[in-house]
Amino acid sequence: MTTTTSPALSVPVPHRAERAVRPARTHRERPSLWGTLILLVGAAYCLFPVLWVVMASTKSASELFSTFTLAPSTHLPENVVDLSQYRGGIYWRWMANTALYAGVGGLASVVVSAMAGYGLAKFQFRGKKAVFNVILAGVLVPGVVLAIPQYLLLAQVGLTNTYWSVLLPSVISPYGIYLARIYAAASVPDDVLEAARTDGAREGRIFTSIAVPMMVPGLVTIFLFQFVAIWNNFMLPYIMLGDDRLFPITVGLSGLLNQGASQPAMYTSVITGALLSIVPLAALFLTLQRFWQVDLAAGAVKA
Amino acid sequence: MRLHSGIRAAVALTATALLATACSSGGTSSEGETGSTGSGGKVELSFWTWAPGMEEVVAAWNAAHPDVQVTVNKQDGGDPAVTKLLTAIKAGSGAPDLMQTEYQKIPTLVSADALADIKGDLPGDVQSHFADGTWQAVTLGSDAVYGVPQDSGPMEFYYRADLFEKYGLEVPTTWAQYAEVAAELREKDPKAYLGTFSATDAGWFTGLAQQAGASWWGIDGDAWTVDIDSAATQKVAQYWGDLVEKGVIDNKPMYTPEWNAALNDGTQIGWVSAIWAPGVLAGNAADTAGKWKMAPLPQWEEGGQATGNWGGSATSVTSQSKHPKEAAEFIAWMNSSQEGVNILAQEGGLYPADIPGQAEALSEPPAFFPEQDDFYTIAAQIAQTVQPFTYGPNVNVAYSAYNDEFGKAAEAKKASAFTAAVTAMQTATVDDLKNSGFTVKD
Repeated sequence: MTTTTSPALSVPVPHRAERAVRPARTHRERPSLWGTLILLVGAAYCLFPVLWVVMASTKSASELFSTFTLAPSTHLPENVVDLSQYRGGIYWRWMANTALYAGVGGLASVVVSAMAGYGLAKFQFRGKKAVFNVILAGVLVPGVVLAIPQYLLLAQVGLTNTYWSVLLPSVISPYGIYLARIYAAASVPDDVLEAARTDGAREGRIFTSIAVPMMVPGLVTIFLFQFVAIWNNFMLPYIMLGDDRLFPITVGLSGLLNQGASQPAMYTSVITGALLSIVPLAALFLTLQRFWQVDLAAGAVKA
Repeated sequence: MRLHSGIRAAVALTATALLATACSSGGTSSEGETGSTGSGGKVELSFWTWAPGMEEVVAAWNAAHPDVQVTVNKQDGGDPAVTKLLTAIKAGSGAPDLMQTEYQKIPTLVSADALADIKGDLPGDVQSHFADGTWQAVTLGSDAVYGVPQDSGPMEFYYRADLFEKYGLEVPTTWAQYAEVAAELREKDPKAYLGTFSATDAGWFTGLAQQAGASWWGIDGDAWTVDIDSAATQKVAQYWGDLVEKGVIDNKPMYTPEWNAALNDGTQIGWVSAIWAPGVLAGNAADTAGKWKMAPLPQWEEGGQATGNWGGSATSVTSQSKHPKEAAEFIAWMNSSQEGVNILAQEGGLYPADIPGQAEALSEPPAFFPEQDDFYTIAAQIAQTVQPFTYGPNVNVAYSAYNDEFGKAAEAKKASAFTAAVTAMQTATVDDLKNSGFTVKD
């Protein structure tokens, strides 16, 4: 939070907000023993399942249930080969599908959120408050609840069981719009916009050349949020898709576990598949981390 | 998912209860015929299934029928696929042409108008390929035909022959002996169990109740009857409740990692299961190959010969299919031609319902049971002793009541809780039928 802001953010507003926070923090420069301990326990709690997956993915099917849980084995390459050969490598198709849903859906969602958030933050128009309240209410409605109505609507236009059926509902993210509005309000000063207008820039130009660069850290946050949400989403694609060649990883792996009572569940392949599916997410977070200096606190205070 | 208006429910019930079949079946098939003659050219059919070997059997069909190409869409087994199909039916689009339908789900699907009557599209002799009881499951006793049976799941008792020998145990032929052997095993090895009571496998318990002579639903005129809380079911619940209460068998569900581990390390040395068990054992406990044997299910009476079904499916054409004629031809070929049945048995490890094809398709014992040469000979004898059983339109409700009530009972380890759970299942099932607008006769 208090590290340097990105070069694009040469605007006074967020800095002011940071300075207000800083004096309180200087009192606590020495790390608290208890705080560190609690965080370590929390980290262990979160990382243990990952460790479990890593260890379990190295075991063969018979070792999985018979050897010590955290004892590693040597079968990871075979497990990956088995998974890759399952039904002609359909796992990698699921991986590509997931990347498509999350990547395209996340980007489209960022575009919509940025435009809507900027509009709500910087323009005065009739019904603005009502629109914003509806979006706020949308934040409170869990996406799972909407999956069935969305299915019925898309069925009417014959779009179920297509890529569109998963992409379209992912584009609108009330939370993303909400974040974008707060971020635009906090990081794009009205003075700059007015100066640009005085210089004769059109609104579209102001948005793309001035507002968007200022909002980049916030937009990266929205992208990551939405990307992870779509990547992990199960219910929506599960309901929408019947063709297993369109499945994302979540739905595909669930199918490997639920093959009916008369079939053995493919635990080893599911565990290996789960491990491989978090690799792109981890890579994405590590590369985009430097943008993740979202001063959400600043935005929240400002709003 | 379930019908809401009383009128639609009544219509659906009559369709199930063989009264208005002429009307509904005539409509579907004539519509289908115009559809397929008009289309011409290449027909593409989608097929929702989760059974093994389906891609192999479809590949053989596609190679021989360039004009009718089938695509397999693998689904999550059982309940999820049915829920999805019912949603698609309700939405008016999105259903596949072909659907794997477990026998117990067919009444639910028929009362939701999800399945097409394909009687007119099937070759005339198909019915003669199947046992009467099996065929009844796809007609529901009406004149309509809602699918062609694919496989069946007569129940048997599987045990570790090597460990039975090591502990000096006799293979039980009655349930009384099963209880004695279970207790004896606990004395000889306190870590080992002869079996487990699985509160998450309603189909398993249903099969055991079926063996004891229960039939949970019935049709009486234009009303449904529900007979879950019968003397036969109570007897089965009391028996397993006693075993669990005494601790002579385990109370943990099947198909969990712990259960898999127990199959591997020899702490579960028996499994009351069905004909498809070799495939599951081969997948979950590959290292125990050749150590298992199969025997008939223990009987309630000395010298009795009865069993129940656990699993088994038909293949159906959905009411949204635009090519029911081609779809029905494919189903008939897959489930009742020698070529199709051979692939089902050899690639999918299914126990085909098609009687003329069984002899050739099942000439070898399962690879996991190399010692038991007469595996399928015994199985064929057992399969003939499956007791009659009728499923109703809300099997899903009864099964989820089973999971809830028996889950609590197995946790409490009290036999009285087991019998109370049966009564609770009855109440939940009757209430749901009434709430959905069906007439229920007490």
